Amino acid sequence: MSRDSRERILSRIRSAVGGAPEAPEVPRAYLSRHAPEDPDAVLDLLHENLADYRAHVHRTDGAGLPALIGRLLEERGARTVVVPDGLPARWPAAWAAEPVPDTGLTATALDAVDAVVTGCALAVAETGTIVLDGGPGQGRRALTLVPDLHVCVVREDQVVASVPEALPRLDPLRALTWISGPSATSDIELDRVEGVHGPRTLEVVLVRGPV
Amino acid sequence: MSGIFVGMPAFPKAAREAVQDGTLRANLRHATHTIRDKRARAVAELADWAELREAGKRIKDRTLRHLDTYLIQLEEAVTAAGGTVHWAADAAEANRIVTELVKATGESEVVKVKSMATQEIGLNEHLEAEGIRAYETDLAELIVQLGEDRPSHILVPAIHRNRGEIRDIFREEMGKWGRQAPDGLSDSPAELAEAARLHLREKFLRAKVGISGANFMVAETGTLVVVESEGNGRMCLTLPETLISVVGIEKVVPTWRDLEVFLQTLPRSSTAERMNPYTSTWTGTTDGDGPKTFHLVLLDNGRTDALADEVGRQALRCIRCSACLNVCPVYERAGGHAYGSVYPGPIGAILTPQLRGTTSEIDASLPYASSLCGACYEVCPVAIDIPEVLVHLREKVAGQGGKGHRLEKAAMKAAGWVLDRPDVLAAGERLASKTRTLHPRKLPGPGARQWTGSRDLPEMPAAPFRDWWKKNRTGDDA
Repeated sequence: MSRDSRERILSRIRSAVGGAPEAPEVPRAYLSRHAPEDPDAVLDLLHENLADYRAHVHRTDGAGLPALIGRLLEERGARTVVVPDGLPARWPAAWAAEPVPDTGLTATALDAVDAVVTGCALAVAETGTIVLDGGPGQGRRALTLVPDLHVCVVREDQVVASVPEALPRLDPLRALTWISGPSATSDIELDRVEGVHGPRTLEVVLVRGPV
Repeated sequence: MSGIFVGMPAFPKAAREAVQDGTLRANLRHATHTIRDKRARAVAELADWAELREAGKRIKDRTLRHLDTYLIQLEEAVTAAGGTVHWAADAAEANRIVTELVKATGESEVVKVKSMATQEIGLNEHLEAEGIRAYETDLAELIVQLGEDRPSHILVPAIHRNRGEIRDIFREEMGKWGRQAPDGLSDSPAELAEAARLHLREKFLRAKVGISGANFMVAETGTLVVVESEGNGRMCLTLPETLISVVGIEKVVPTWRDLEVFLQTLPRSSTAERMNPYTSTWTGTTDGDGPKTFHLVLLDNGRTDALADEVGRQALRCIRCSACLNVCPVYERAGGHAYGSVYPGPIGAILTPQLRGTTSEIDASLPYASSLCGACYEVCPVAIDIPEVLVHLREKVAGQGGKGHRLEKAAMKAAGWVLDRPDVLAAGERLASKTRTLHPRKLPGPGARQWTGSRDLPEMPAAPFRDWWKKNRTGDDA
């Protein structure tokens, strides 16, 4: 039946637009970026836009990173932290919280974990967005979804200015999650409230130099 | 289309009832005015908004011109990535396909991401009749479902409810569906969101089947895109073992790159954000991450009829942002329920009659539910000329019944409703003068083509008479 419907829909489309004039090439006169070509300014813009949507933003260098993450976890009262494959081993070594490796934890097991620490694939300054692609140090999508606290590390060389700069660097065949601030809703009187189903707290650490 | 709206009164009657509801009017006015100002600021941040809008329009037009090619390409890519593609000519077929897929899993409940397509086909009601319970997980959809209510806005289906009403619904109804509302729940939005989080979490954690729509489907890669805010979408797309996505055929875009336009224009137009909190993209299935089984149900359900109409087909560019609802003086006063469809507001007034035809009184009256002020066109991120399509549909309605026909009467009543409301017209005229270059040159209404065929409408003055009068009579220069 579905097979018949396929042919029926396709033939209806062909008869609907068969006589229509050819649609010309799409003009792409829009900008490829709005931010200036200055890496420091772009990093500042990312910081500002993340904070504008209620992410907590911190800055450090590679040497200070593990301890900073440890402090953030402690301040939020996280006692257990899920650690995705590929996260540098020296990071958890510096935390008081207990690292939980992802051994295929069920959703219910993840719900009992306090926090998750990840890297990212890239970040977009103009929109204040972090993109995860499940690569090393990021893990599967459920890891950054079920625990209530997400600490995400962004290296400065991972920051791009704009959405048009981000897309060509991402692999569409990987499952991607674009995150712009913590979970939020505007469903009550169109007023924005942070914190619904995803992690209610998003801590972003911007790192200068190698990690 | 959806059984929920069968037996809806025609637009003017439903609108009159809405206007008499003072709470509803206040809720709508507050919400739409809040969002329209925020949207204007979010759009003003981008110096190239006009170019993005033009590109979005042209991408959609090009897609529609070769829709068959792109759908076949999409089908190949989704299949290659481990998904299964189904084709549904109408609502009944889509419902049947989804029901069979759910039954094959052995499950009797599903979690749902907010989806216009599944509302349009009345999927929840169909599943319920088949013994499958569908849990809506978007906060506004949850409010609608718990309140046994109907959605009234594309983006915020419970826009007609204020915080006090929502608290009452949560207190009374949550316990019947699962975890009850916390004791002493107040009407603060943060507490209400927390109550929803607790209520739905147990459902997410045990869910085996998720059902979604999609904002975009990329033909060249087979990628689906869901744009959301709360994280309920991520839950439904990630945690279940089986994912079923029901998507209108017009949601396809040719290339991955095309998303660079819509991911800039959609969030700013809908929630007035630079970017919405969460966007998920997936291509088929991914080993060790997310659902093991993925089904895509491609839905026609009247879309190819709209596609065959050379003026009306532009409605299929719609990316469901709902900016047109938020600026519409008629929507603000009549409310979303008056449109008798899951697609309310200006876009609903041109989309619904094309998807369903204009043989019922409600559908025949919809093209008249407008003052043609043009504000909807001005804010549309894909430049759908809604006034142009409204005028075109009015001609079609007028042509099918003849004078004195019941459909013509329904249409004239809707037109009369708008003309009888000085405040609607005043708001419309003010907006019209700002958008006057975008205005139709033909007079709206039945039989208008004969009249305007050989005449131009008079030029619209730079300032409407009402504004001129107010200014000159009071001496107010503002």
